[in-house]
Amino acid sequence: MPAKKLKTPTSSALSVRDGDTLLLVGTMKGLFLFGSRPNRRRWSMAGPFFPGSSVYGAAFDTRAGRKRIWAAPSSMHWGAELAWSDDFGKTWERPEVPLVRFPESSGAALKNIWQIAPGRASEPDLLYCGVEPSALFESRDAGKTWTLNPGLWGHPHREKWQPGGGGLCLHTILVDPSQEGRLTIAISTGGVYRSDDGGKTWQARNQGVRMEYLPDPYPEFGQCVHKVVHHRARPGRLFLQNHWGLYRSDDGGDTWKDVANGVPSDFGFCMGIHPRDPDTAYIVPIHSDGFRCTPDGRLRVYRTRDAGASWQPLTRGLPQKDALETVLRDAMAVDAFDPAGIYFGTRSGKLYGSRDEGRTWTLLHEGLPPIVCVKAATAENVRSRARGVKSRRTTARTRRAA
Amino acid sequence: MAVRFLIPGPLRPFSGGISFVALAASPATVADAISALGTAYPGLKERILTEQGEVRPHVNLFVAETNIRDGGGLAMRVPEGAEIAILPAVSGG
Repeated sequence: MPAKKLKTPTSSALSVRDGDTLLLVGTMKGLFLFGSRPNRRRWSMAGPFFPGSSVYGAAFDTRAGRKRIWAAPSSMHWGAELAWSDDFGKTWERPEVPLVRFPESSGAALKNIWQIAPGRASEPDLLYCGVEPSALFESRDAGKTWTLNPGLWGHPHREKWQPGGGGLCLHTILVDPSQEGRLTIAISTGGVYRSDDGGKTWQARNQGVRMEYLPDPYPEFGQCVHKVVHHRARPGRLFLQNHWGLYRSDDGGDTWKDVANGVPSDFGFCMGIHPRDPDTAYIVPIHSDGFRCTPDGRLRVYRTRDAGASWQPLTRGLPQKDALETVLRDAMAVDAFDPAGIYFGTRSGKLYGSRDEGRTWTLLHEGLPPIVCVKAATAENVRSRARGVKSRRTTARTRRAA
Repeated sequence: MAVRFLIPGPLRPFSGGISFVALAASPATVADAISALGTAYPGLKERILTEQGEVRPHVNLFVAETNIRDGGGLAMRVPEGAEIAILPAVSGG
């Protein structure tokens, strides 16, 4: 018998048309949705959804005609769960019995859901979740039921993984769109692992990634990887932001090359990659693991256009004085438009966006709770406007940063 | 008299909106009481206990005025007619 679900109405929803840009913004105190026409000049906001709960994981799934927003609210008191909305936030469905749960035999209990990743377009009912404590869950029925991936849970390295500052979390899931069976995940602190057989077996893929904080600087695993991105048209091309260190791989993670060339710090959390050019990537350098703020009080996005041979600061529209900001590991996203839109959120609750590939930036919204995840998507399968309560129009134009 | 649970506001979506749930049976222990509660309202049990059957770290359960952590945990005896309060801990950030 299917689990009973609660359908929770909300007082806020986003009005969306096909082709609109969507931002799913997870914060420490709920999820917010932002929407814009494709020109990305004016943004509407809806939320908070799940007020009081952190939302580290969110995704928009358009496969098989869906328009489903997935969210992973986590209450300090009542635990973490998966919820979804098929009407851009007007209503949310929450199963009474949470869908993602460790089996009794594992001895583990779910602390948080860090990542929700749809599978390939050719497998429209396949979904993945990365959770804390570090584990991968899979659903092969569009999210109705979930199972723990036994290959990774049973991996002999697992007992030696250690929690980073955010906990022992599996925070990155990269589904190779062209090579069936290939999945890459990242764990803090465990490193990068890859499966080439659909998740049955997993191999550490950290060769060349330095650990500044262990006697052996190049161990097989145990790296504190903060984020990995890949290029969908060239999935062998990866960029990696480590606890210290900035890397590129051209062979799907088999080997990594240090590409921290000309950045003020190779410490950082977030990464983005251009939707069409695999040589173009974005980061926000952070001073150090001790300080964890932008160097010199300047909020700068750094962009490479030559696969990491050089990086240039992007500052137009971003505060360059007294801006001691932090952008966390999942708080940067890139949309699919041309020119590409780049978005990031800060721990101080500011959401910035660029609709010209980083040349200029706009403060889209401020005053949000600490932002922990930003996901960009293009609305599909909407057909007509969602009939929700009118969303609030932000005043992005008037908030353009000096 | 029946043992009854006091349901805090954030969990009332899982109790159909009601603030008290009276148990039909007489549970011997807190664990028995939660099990009976979960039969009628599975969403409540799931948010009180982890999937390993342990009380979530930031949830407090009081039998009358005794925190079960000071009274034997889930094995604590439940007197007839007792009220069990589910209270979120004073924690947050």
